[in-house]
Amino acid sequence: MSSSVKWDWSLANEAFPDILKAFLEVTLLVTVAASILSALLGLVWAVALRELPGPLSKVLGWLLGVIRMTPLPLQLLIVTYGIVTPQGWLAHLDGPDQLNHRLMIIGIVVFAVHYSTYMAESYRAGIESLPKGQWEAATALSLPQSRTWRVVIIPQALRATLPSLGNWAIAMFKDTPYLLAIGVIEMVTQARQIGGDHFDYIEVFTIAGLIFLVASYPTAILMRRLEKKLAY
Amino acid sequence: MPTDKTDGAGAPDLSKQSGAAVQTGPDFDGNGRPRIAFEDVSKQFGKNVVLNDLNFNVAKGERVTLIGPSGSGKTTILRLLMTLEELSGGFIYVDGDPLTHRKNDAGKRVAMKPKEISVIRKRIGMVFQQFNLFPNMSVIENITEAPIHVLGQSKDEAREKAKKLLDQVGLGDRAEEHPTRLSGGQQQRVAIARALAMEPEILLLDEVTSALDPELVGDVLGVLRDVANSTDITMLLVTHEMQFARDVSHRVMMFDAGHIIEEAEPDAMFSDPQHERTKKFLQAIL
Repeated sequence: MSSSVKWDWSLANEAFPDILKAFLEVTLLVTVAASILSALLGLVWAVALRELPGPLSKVLGWLLGVIRMTPLPLQLLIVTYGIVTPQGWLAHLDGPDQLNHRLMIIGIVVFAVHYSTYMAESYRAGIESLPKGQWEAATALSLPQSRTWRVVIIPQALRATLPSLGNWAIAMFKDTPYLLAIGVIEMVTQARQIGGDHFDYIEVFTIAGLIFLVASYPTAILMRRLEKKLAY
Repeated sequence: MPTDKTDGAGAPDLSKQSGAAVQTGPDFDGNGRPRIAFEDVSKQFGKNVVLNDLNFNVAKGERVTLIGPSGSGKTTILRLLMTLEELSGGFIYVDGDPLTHRKNDAGKRVAMKPKEISVIRKRIGMVFQQFNLFPNMSVIENITEAPIHVLGQSKDEAREKAKKLLDQVGLGDRAEEHPTRLSGGQQQRVAIARALAMEPEILLLDEVTSALDPELVGDVLGVLRDVANSTDITMLLVTHEMQFARDVSHRVMMFDAGHIIEEAEPDAMFSDPQHERTKKFLQAIL
């Protein structure tokens, strides 16, 4: 075997800053923004599913199911090429940076909506895990429904839901390479381009993989800590 | 004297009230309107009929204990009053005001709007078997939440009142703790304070000692005795603590299959029950 895998330190050193830059400017930004957005949206869905009148709640549940059960890359393509492009939002731009920027916004929105449907399920489970007595005590105290949600149900459900929200955020993080489908240059695409320039991929993909690992692991630990802090 | 409650006690009008003879202690208001009136109340869960055309009145300041085998409908009565269950038929009146349903001008039974219901509901408080404190709030937050956000008290006023109530239930030093750090008996006393903080006219007690270790029951009952002796809150209680029922209530109603089969002053009820079913029930639990 002549062509054994060799590790080229000089390529690794050269590529690292660019890969890290793509990580910080695209991958991390999309993940953080979409995580926050999807956590909020998911909560809105979960509350709406319970508060909307029967037929509307059914329609919403059905819509969320459709989003949850179709692939994320396909949704990225549909929104980018099927909805946004015909509107002209991606034409006549001042260069590739602005295009990348707009594609990133699309990415954030699609990621947020997609993952919000999973988070809604987690919230729903968290809400349903609360004893019925919590609702009944709120009724017995005549607390308005909005107040009951805000100070009784959501704080408790959040505590039950948080580990699962953290897992979804990490899953989302690992799904960011799907942004490739619409041409956003996130970390893995960037690594691939650098690798392509040198006909040597092992260093760049290893670096990208390590960055994923290094970022996911502390997040998981942080979530666990937060969970403990919220315990009473 | 066993009374037949299936007729005559319907309207929220004292003149039709049967069993008025035992209501010597408590007062009716000037209009002769009972604090609570059940008129032809029925409740079914699916096909299971729990209450059927139930009629009874409770006077202002009266303390009534509901006894009977499980499934006889006594807890359902409290839950209907607290609007935790929906009425299947009939009417409930509080001080003559309809609680969840009323008759319109054409005499038809109509459901009231949530806003209208909440106005009347504020006069009623409830203590649950499982306490149902909010574990994400401190003891004092549990007590002040509703007075601040429902009654519109200032934070300072609500806290001051809550502290007094906590002293009254013997937990003055636990205000800032979270309920999960308290024993069951302490949690239940907080729950009593929380209900009282809303200054209800009616207090519903649903088997409030059933979930407690035996040695913790005494403290809770002691607190309730104080409340009974020092206020004129109308109380409806479901309990298996017969000595307590005997001590604090003016009247005991025996339920079976959703009907009042016997009612009397506690001494009479416990020492000389008339109905066969009551005799058997009391023998089994005493």
